[in-house]
Amino acid sequence: MSAQAPEPGAPLLAVEDLEVAFGTEGGVVQAVDGVSFELKAGEVLAIVGESGSGKSVTAMTLMGLTRSPNARFGGRAHYRDTELIEASENTLREVRGAEIAMIFQDPMTSLNPVHKVGDQIVEQIQEHEALPDQQARERVVELLEKVGIPRARQRVDNYPFEFSGGMRQRVMIALALSCNPSILIADEPTTALDVTIQAQILERIRELRDETGAAVILVTHDLGVVADIADRIAVMYAGRIVEEGTLDEIFYDPQHPYTWGLLGSITRVDRPRPERLPAIAGLPPSLADRPVGCHFRPRCPHEFSNCTEVPALTGDNGHRDRCWLSAQQKRELREVRPGEIGLGAKAGAEAE
Amino acid sequence: MSADSAPLFGVDHLKVYFPIKKGLFIDREVARVHAVNDVTLNVDEGETLGLVGESGCGKTTLSRAIMRLVDATEGSISFRGSDITGAGRREMEPLRREMQMVFQDPFASLNPRKRIVQIIGQPLRLHGTERDRVEDRVKELLGLVGLHPEHLNRFPHEFSGGQRQRIGVARALALEPRLIVLDEPVSALDVSVQAQIINLLDDLQDEFRLTYLFVAHDLSVVRHVSDRIAVMYLGKLMEVSPAEELYTKPIHPYTSALLAAIPIPDPEENRRRERIVVSGEPPNPIEPPPGCVFHPRCPRATDICRRVEPPLARYPNGHLAACHHPLGVSAEEIAAAVRDESSPLDCGDELPSQSGSNGSRELA
Repeated sequence: MSAQAPEPGAPLLAVEDLEVAFGTEGGVVQAVDGVSFELKAGEVLAIVGESGSGKSVTAMTLMGLTRSPNARFGGRAHYRDTELIEASENTLREVRGAEIAMIFQDPMTSLNPVHKVGDQIVEQIQEHEALPDQQARERVVELLEKVGIPRARQRVDNYPFEFSGGMRQRVMIALALSCNPSILIADEPTTALDVTIQAQILERIRELRDETGAAVILVTHDLGVVADIADRIAVMYAGRIVEEGTLDEIFYDPQHPYTWGLLGSITRVDRPRPERLPAIAGLPPSLADRPVGCHFRPRCPHEFSNCTEVPALTGDNGHRDRCWLSAQQKRELREVRPGEIGLGAKAGAEAE
Repeated sequence: MSADSAPLFGVDHLKVYFPIKKGLFIDREVARVHAVNDVTLNVDEGETLGLVGESGCGKTTLSRAIMRLVDATEGSISFRGSDITGAGRREMEPLRREMQMVFQDPFASLNPRKRIVQIIGQPLRLHGTERDRVEDRVKELLGLVGLHPEHLNRFPHEFSGGQRQRIGVARALALEPRLIVLDEPVSALDVSVQAQIINLLDDLQDEFRLTYLFVAHDLSVVRHVSDRIAVMYLGKLMEVSPAEELYTKPIHPYTSALLAAIPIPDPEENRRRERIVVSGEPPNPIEPPPGCVFHPRCPRATDICRRVEPPLARYPNGHLAACHHPLGVSAEEIAAAVRDESSPLDCGDELPSQSGSNGSRELA
């Protein structure tokens, strides 16, 4: 695929009303329900949510990785001129790796254990470009050096088991970057790693974004990581985006009660410890049996009569949220105030 | 910690090495993994000790050695005043009910084919509770951990991760233990659910005067439960500190690196903060580096760190740190520091001196 330069300001990726449902024995699981967002070049968009919020399914659907006989899709996702949701396998194969690349959570299982890491990256490069072996190999050595693997020239001939977790995640990043993609999707890239290694990997992703100008979709549940690296945030809950805005808007002017709860349950090591950890009462709903109306309704302390209808994702200047409360009410009810992140919310009831 | 309480359990110069064997007919020991390398710790009744370190630092091996699930290579383990280092199965049996464990993965640690009443009732039956009393006790336990007592005939798959972890806690509580070893009990859970479980553990500790050994890989979780925190690196203790003091006054550069690596969920604070990213990875525990094990990654390392293993120096408030160039302590505190008796046997005698502690003054 030829990557022609997009018009300035035009989104690189536009997702409209994405729906993903899986037929299971226990009924239809609506994993993603009307998700829309845009991604611009050079931007880091964080999709934040707890397990089962649909954040990973959204990311994987863009790559065509959730296709299966019992999956149903709706909506569109435009990457430049290509529509991804209904694209043929052949089209997707051209996009995957070359235009949109993905880093997975678990570096232990996402590399093939019986092939040398160098060969795995060479294979991807040659899939998309007619490059002689020797040149492809040179590119791999460069890539491995770029992601911070020492003695890269020797390490290309090692097998995945010869690398530590952090080093394997670097190999995954090198693999993802091998064809200069315009979009890098990172699904919990540091969750399996130790904190000191996590800091190194995030640093590396940030540098590479600055160098290559690629856009990054970061899927994570860790708001600390988000605050460190994201430009914009989409908060997901039970298959829907409940709030979307810039990093500072979400952290300092959150509109949705779920975002309040999420920010309130953060613990901070740079502040005195609270007597009790703030928790959001209750559990996320089962995606096979979702509440009518707003999905957060059963756990929301501010529920009222309107909430049995699904609120629209509305707001101005790109800061949008899905809640029936008026702007005035939100300001009054909000327990998280700027500068009080992680301490503001009341310690809620804890019964599940 | 009150002064009159005796330690509930402790380890004394404990070493746990795992042999690496090679050979076809005769296994030759070619190397040893130094998982726990001369650790001395005592934990009082009713206290919570947080044990923190990165993967491979030996924290899980240490907790398993205390539970007598792996054998000690050298040193000793005591529980309620008696030496249990070499205790056999029969000697351990009465003690087993006093020490229980909660595991990391709530999906793998409950038998999927058993009902909740069987899972929680098993330890009761094994230790001789009468058959018709078991069900009542299980109901009581479910209530204690915040689950509905009617759920006792359900299977594990009918519960969420957080609820399963509650079942694991109920099972550990069944025999009214004194010590519960919690091996990363919330790492597999979502943030909002983590807080629920931590608060539950807190309540149970108050109610039953439990002693916890809380093993975790990062410093943010242990803070809320611990009275004291021990930081391990490559099989050794780097720092042992009263919980809150560790966050306000970390003495060991490794602890301060661990703290700095935790991203702060506050964008402005993050932009302000200067990030110290420690380079490199923990070295191979088969051949730990000489001197201080952290020196290859330490920004403050000097010549002495490469040659001499630092003893655990005792600072005010029972704060111990094994470092030649401690951070954040005043010149007087350094001068008053003494070598703690829990220092490893083959470490050096040199306590940090004022001249040697370069940089401590401007940081103090």
